[in-house]
Amino acid sequence: MLSLVTRAAGVWGRLRRACSGAALLCPQPWMEKCPADHVVFSSPYSSHKKEKLDTSIFPVENIRNFSIIAHVDHGKSTLADRLLEITGTIAKTDQNKQVLDKLQVERERGITVKAQTASLFYSYEGMNYLLNLIDTPGHVDFSYEVSRSLSACQGVILVVDANEGIQAQTMANFYLAFEAQLAIIPVINKIDLKNADPERVEKQIEKLFDISKDECIRISAKLGTNVEKVLQEVIEKVPAPSVNISDPLKALVFDSTFDHYRGVIANIALFGGEVQKGHKIVSAHTRKTYEVNEVGILTPNEQPTHKLYAGQVGYLIAGMKEVTEAQIGDTLYLHKQPVEPLPGFKSAKPMVFAGMYPVDQSEYNNLKSAIEKLTLNDSSVTVHRDSSLALGAGWRLGFLGLLHLEVFNQRLEQEYNASVILTAPTVPYKAVLSSAKLKKEHGKEEITVINPAEFPDKSSVSEYLEPTVLGTIITPDEYIGKIITLCQTRRAVQKDMVYIDEHRVMLKYIFPLNEIVVDFYDALKSLSSGYASFDYEDAGYQAADLVKMDILLNGNSVEELGAVVHKDKAYAVGKAMCERLKDAIPRQLFEIAIQAALGSKVIARETVKAYRKNVVAKCYGGDITRKMKLLKRQAEGKKKMRKIGNVEVPKDAFISVLKRQSEK
Amino acid sequence: MAAPGWRHPRARLAAALRSLRAARQHRARQPSRAEPLQAALYVHWPYCQKRCSYCNFNTYIPRGLDEESVRSCLSREAQTLIRLSQVQRISSVFFGGGTPSLASPLTIAAVLETVSRCAHLAADAEVTLEANPTSASASRLAGFRASGVNRLSIGIQSLDDAELRLLGRNHTADEALGTLEEAKKLFPGRTSVDLIFGLPGQSVSSWARGLEELLQLCDDHVSLYQLTLERGTSLFKQVQRGSLPVPKQEVVAEMYESAREMLRDVGFRQYEVSNFARNGALSTHNLSYWQGSQYIGVGPGAHGRFVPRAHGESLREARIQTLEPDSWMKEVLACGHGTRKQTVLSQLEVLEEVLVLGLRMDIGITHQHWLQFATSLSLWDVFGTSEEVKELEDQGLLLLDNRGLRCSWKGLAVLDSLLLTLLNQLQKSWEDRTAHRT
Repeated sequence: MLSLVTRAAGVWGRLRRACSGAALLCPQPWMEKCPADHVVFSSPYSSHKKEKLDTSIFPVENIRNFSIIAHVDHGKSTLADRLLEITGTIAKTDQNKQVLDKLQVERERGITVKAQTASLFYSYEGMNYLLNLIDTPGHVDFSYEVSRSLSACQGVILVVDANEGIQAQTMANFYLAFEAQLAIIPVINKIDLKNADPERVEKQIEKLFDISKDECIRISAKLGTNVEKVLQEVIEKVPAPSVNISDPLKALVFDSTFDHYRGVIANIALFGGEVQKGHKIVSAHTRKTYEVNEVGILTPNEQPTHKLYAGQVGYLIAGMKEVTEAQIGDTLYLHKQPVEPLPGFKSAKPMVFAGMYPVDQSEYNNLKSAIEKLTLNDSSVTVHRDSSLALGAGWRLGFLGLLHLEVFNQRLEQEYNASVILTAPTVPYKAVLSSAKLKKEHGKEEITVINPAEFPDKSSVSEYLEPTVLGTIITPDEYIGKIITLCQTRRAVQKDMVYIDEHRVMLKYIFPLNEIVVDFYDALKSLSSGYASFDYEDAGYQAADLVKMDILLNGNSVEELGAVVHKDKAYAVGKAMCERLKDAIPRQLFEIAIQAALGSKVIARETVKAYRKNVVAKCYGGDITRKMKLLKRQAEGKKKMRKIGNVEVPKDAFISVLKRQSEK
Repeated sequence: MAAPGWRHPRARLAAALRSLRAARQHRARQPSRAEPLQAALYVHWPYCQKRCSYCNFNTYIPRGLDEESVRSCLSREAQTLIRLSQVQRISSVFFGGGTPSLASPLTIAAVLETVSRCAHLAADAEVTLEANPTSASASRLAGFRASGVNRLSIGIQSLDDAELRLLGRNHTADEALGTLEEAKKLFPGRTSVDLIFGLPGQSVSSWARGLEELLQLCDDHVSLYQLTLERGTSLFKQVQRGSLPVPKQEVVAEMYESAREMLRDVGFRQYEVSNFARNGALSTHNLSYWQGSQYIGVGPGAHGRFVPRAHGESLREARIQTLEPDSWMKEVLACGHGTRKQTVLSQLEVLEEVLVLGLRMDIGITHQHWLQFATSLSLWDVFGTSEEVKELEDQGLLLLDNRGLRCSWKGLAVLDSLLLTLLNQLQKSWEDRTAHRT
């Protein structure tokens, strides 16, 4: 995933380098500094008024576009809240908590899922500045979102917790910014905490990021200590976007949301020219023409402005009816003034797949519409219809990572009140075909296999491939032994191990992705008492000894329980599945053999013994009502069971085997 | 101690009086019905001295019990409900509980008096009383016999004192055997004993030894009950806590199997899942439940199944009386009965009960028995063409032939599993038939 992200995040960087020469050669009148006392701009509180903001008062050199990046819980959102307060964007109250995190799931988990943008107005040394804070999700699962956000920035504030120090996601986010050649302002947060050790963190930053400790700003976002200094550093250190207002319009769509009343709202960064209501614009991607209805900045709510100018970041509404019309990464230009489109983004590739089914089939349509609505604003989720004999009609969804999957599921439940069965996640395998017939059938030599039922037999394949990730673990050194053992059981190969200070170690491993999608994170957290942090990035495919495992009930294969597993893990996985099934399949009138098999070879077996006695002892006058109720409920349940051969399997049994196991 | 002789005439007298009254009433009714309508009567005595560790029945440990009030309420409710049902005959009476042997023989006599005033109660009608060894001295047993009781069911439960303590029984094995001894003298051929198996820690061989011992001493009727751990009982809690082992399914099945064989070998007929009799000593009262006959339940928490004809109804109702004795008494005093819940049973629901209960008997459901309840839907219609029923027959669990539908020896032990298939088949046939009609 790293390579993809780098490419995407580099858009601004490359563009800036490309045009900086030209900009210097022809200084423009609008580049002249604009003294603060000459400017009257409406306070953002007045955004309810009809009058529109005039953003032309901010020349490009008075604009800063920046993000805050941090590991989960290091205080990114709190810092954002303070910045919004200091600049008067929001009123200062005690209620400002995670203002930019609008989703319930974000507030509950203390994470950012959907990037938001807020334009801040700030006077510094007699000048007025327009500071565009583009929020980013903290987790690598959302690095696609991060990279999109960063593509509209020239600098980042890198927040590190003074107590916890550098964590796995600090690393990942730092590299995203570093490779996009953005200015980096290191900030050490939570210095008010009792155990804060900013000195140690400064040393880590110096060692790992090669940033002098003198550059670090020690703050407490919670108390507001030194936050003003951060704003000043943004102005001093982050370069203004180097763009030209006299160029034709060139706007990058870096995000989009869907509003039921107004249609698509595209978040854009202007790399050239200006745009206003009434302009005819064209999508470089679809070549469709639209008339602009509204432009404005985000504060963080939409605040209409007369125009948006080169270097600015804001939103645009232009009668796009479907979210697909505002393709993220697309370039917008003025009608009849085509420009060379910006490089755009590669679409994010799903790395983790899971089946999703309504708990009750009568809920299918409700769930369908909920998924449609959610994916409108999260185009990185792939949706394919799927059906399971046991669970009915549903979907196979692809996610960027595990957290992404969890967040999606939680949003469905919270925002759409949907209750779903989510199957254990799987990863996309590949098979290099050797059979000429299959090659012809697929029209290619290498195919991707998501559904175990479509896993091609070894005889027609020269090689199977599995996705891998480069995992970064940062941990206090006392847990190293346990963590190394854990990684070994997950077939991981160590790539690096460094002390980032006297007591903390950074480990890097190549993991097969399927080894971490189920419970790795929970295992890591529990064996390190919660101290180890983990992050990962795509590391391509590697050859793997994969096999298809079947689950048999009295010799009949249960299609929905088939799984692709690594040969070394087949026994453990098979045994666990058989055991879970044994607990979930009720006794019947005959013995049931539950087997896991590779081809014709049985590798694990459990037995459900036959009933020898199953009749209630007492059934007199007073017992009948209760007994009838119980029998009829069981008889109803029997009707709903799925028959595999002569074995009756309750839906719960499938769920208990297929379902993602909750954290222990 | 009183000799049994002096009670005999009085019992005879009471019976004679009962038949006389019933005959009078019978004459008074319209002669339109070919056979007198009848029902069995269950009377619940809700009190115990001590709660057993396995028991979740509707029982209470009384403080300052006013037995006279209870007596009059039981009688009053019996009268109200018998009249409501318009039955002309009470086929049997069963005093259950609780511990009805704690009641005074006077109470038993009073209820029987009322019954025979309201309907015909034949002189030889079975009148059973559940007795607990501690409250059933020879003299009390004689008193009950004098009141009209002619069958005794003794809760012996176990012949091992340690097991009895585990079950929370307040008697020893010796005391229980003493009671059995006396009961056999007073109710020869009409004394039943209850035993429980599948206790935590019990082995197949210790169970078999206890049963063997009892079989030397018992009369002609034995009931064997597998212990069911009921939520809310102290035994359930102890097992949940892990302080007692959970009886293993396999072991319990083995106990049941060996008991069935032992009883068969000494000439007992297993006429129902848990009931064994020789010399024809079947309990007619309990048989009427399994045959799907009407029954009236009197007393706190008692259940009933009958048609309230006095209200002009023609469908059977399931009725439950108020559970708590004091509230029940208030209701009886206020409106003659303490029915808390009455639910009309559809024809299909009645058939479902007939099926579930009938198959508990060794003879199962005869075609004739079934047709009493389903005049236009025979057993063949319902089950004759079902593949799944055929499968059960092929597995040797079930028989459908010219006699009717019944379980095999092996099938009886797994009846609850068979019933799921049969209930679904019955429902399907019933719906098909209804669909065809409309």
